[in-house]
Amino acid sequence: MKKTLRILAYPYVVWMVIFIVVPLFLILFYSFTKGDIHDIGSLEFSVESYKKVAEPLYLKVIGDSFLLAFISTAICLVLGYPVALIIANTDQKYRSLLMMLFLVPIWMNFLLRTYAWMSLLSPNGLINRFLTAIGLPRLEIMPGNAAVLLGMVYNFLPFMVLPIYTVLSKIDKQVLEASSDLGGNKVVTFTRVILPLSIPGVVSGITMVFLPAVSTFVISGLLGGGKTPLIGDMIEQQFLFARNWHFGSSLSIILMVMILISMAVMSRIDKNNQEEGGKAR
Amino acid sequence: MGRNIIELKNLTKRFGDVTVVNNINLTIKENEFVTLLGPSGCGKTTTLRMIGGFEEPDEGQIFFEGKLLNPIPAYKRNINTVFQRYALFTHMNVFENIAFGLRIKKIPKDEIEKRVKRMLKLVDLEGFEKRNVDSLSGGQQQRVAIARALVNEPKVLLLDEPLGALDLKLRKEMQIELLDMQRSIGITFIYVTHDQEEALTMSDTVVVMNNGVIQQVGTPQDIYNEPINRFVADFIGESNIIEAVMLEDYKVAFDDVVLDCVDKGFAKNEPVDIVIRPEDIRIVTNPDEGMIKGTVKSVIFKGVHYEMMIESDTGREYMVHRTIAFPVGSYVGMNVQPFDIQVMKRGDPL
Repeated sequence: MKKTLRILAYPYVVWMVIFIVVPLFLILFYSFTKGDIHDIGSLEFSVESYKKVAEPLYLKVIGDSFLLAFISTAICLVLGYPVALIIANTDQKYRSLLMMLFLVPIWMNFLLRTYAWMSLLSPNGLINRFLTAIGLPRLEIMPGNAAVLLGMVYNFLPFMVLPIYTVLSKIDKQVLEASSDLGGNKVVTFTRVILPLSIPGVVSGITMVFLPAVSTFVISGLLGGGKTPLIGDMIEQQFLFARNWHFGSSLSIILMVMILISMAVMSRIDKNNQEEGGKAR
Repeated sequence: MGRNIIELKNLTKRFGDVTVVNNINLTIKENEFVTLLGPSGCGKTTTLRMIGGFEEPDEGQIFFEGKLLNPIPAYKRNINTVFQRYALFTHMNVFENIAFGLRIKKIPKDEIEKRVKRMLKLVDLEGFEKRNVDSLSGGQQQRVAIARALVNEPKVLLLDEPLGALDLKLRKEMQIELLDMQRSIGITFIYVTHDQEEALTMSDTVVVMNNGVIQQVGTPQDIYNEPINRFVADFIGESNIIEAVMLEDYKVAFDDVVLDCVDKGFAKNEPVDIVIRPEDIRIVTNPDEGMIKGTVKSVIFKGVHYEMMIESDTGREYMVHRTIAFPVGSYVGMNVQPFDIQVMKRGDPL
């Protein structure tokens, strides 16, 4: 039985090796070489492209990417947590409906949604025409970071709401009753019971928003108008236009390492919370 | 036992169209161990939750030391609860779980330390302070839940089937421990259970409920020996319930027998139900010496006693508990003492 099951996993293992492991090694390989990528003989070991990453121009790109991803994650958390809390406290009958309303946008193509925001926010877009019509000042955020943030929050918010909602809805109602039984009013029950119990959801929500946000390139390209290039845009450019696969690869590797570090930090927070049992204070 | 501490007046609770608690009245005294007993869905837990403040009564009042409790939210009531599924805080260790209520009340740190330690000693969990509650056994979690409630020194402790999830042996141990605790700290316990044996073992007063209505309130002995109606007789222990007629004071008749009893005050020939407990029927080997004659149909060994089904000549089956077995097929006589017959007004047939 066990053996049969193991055989069933082989197709995926083959898939993974061909399309994930090999490309990863290729990227690693390109990042540490220089030369003509079409002529394997000309390639030689070099850390030149990594040195290039350390140039102020590119460090700024990486810094901007992390800053924007960080801000949009924070906004998603602030907006998403109350929503998750409200949905989790809604009558069972309406919960799935509410949840669906939140998820419907994800069913639409990501690019399409971002284009929709473009036509809404652009200098002559719907919003500005409406504002002009009623005599209000125009909204000039696109192209720019504000529009990029808006796009990120809009696109990634469901990924924050969903895991938090899942954790919140699993909290035993009797535990909340126990808190009020022991003298905890609503505020105390939230800060000392609900919030600490929902940390695992918050952690996975942050992870699920931060990761795509830090590596996005479509949103910044379309809504930011290239004003603030992000690391995702940079990688895209190096591979598609500049044709410098070595530099693109080292940017990718740097991004990957930084993501791995952030994930390690997040899982550390999660683990601490579970083990130590976040002291009620 | 002293003053009244909790009074329920015309308490009613509906969930939609269903009336789960129907106009109940009950007075509970200080330091009393009161058990609400009944089958599931009888309204006992809902009654408890109304006292705790987790359900709002639709009608009626709850008084606590003479003051109306209805408008006071759960977190302001000087009443604590031990929940059915413990409801411990899984993100805190044992110490923090027990200290929860004290921390909210902003009790000084060293006093919290002292009181939690004292509680841990009371529930026999010394040295478990730093343990994660998930790593405890069911019985230990139960003790933490009890300590977490008692550390607040409530005047009334509500317990909602607290031993339901434990195995039989542990349950028996915990029954005794709970009883000891209640006696030593001297607070009122309101205990909900569907286990009649548990209710009889622990309580000062048993409140038998069915369909949201209180059937009988009394000491365990009262409830067992003098059930007020068929439901109580049937729910508490094993019993032979027989439809009979009260011929006159002290004489009750059914089938072809007339028995002496100790009950009076019924109308002549009033139909009644009588209860005879299986252990109150004595068997004699000579059938002619018995008030009722019958044939032993089955014998089951029950540990302490044998349970025999004896069919009388008139075709009625009697359950009899004796420590000596009579062989299946033997023809015997059965005798019942007048004071072992409980006569009850005929209620609705069950």
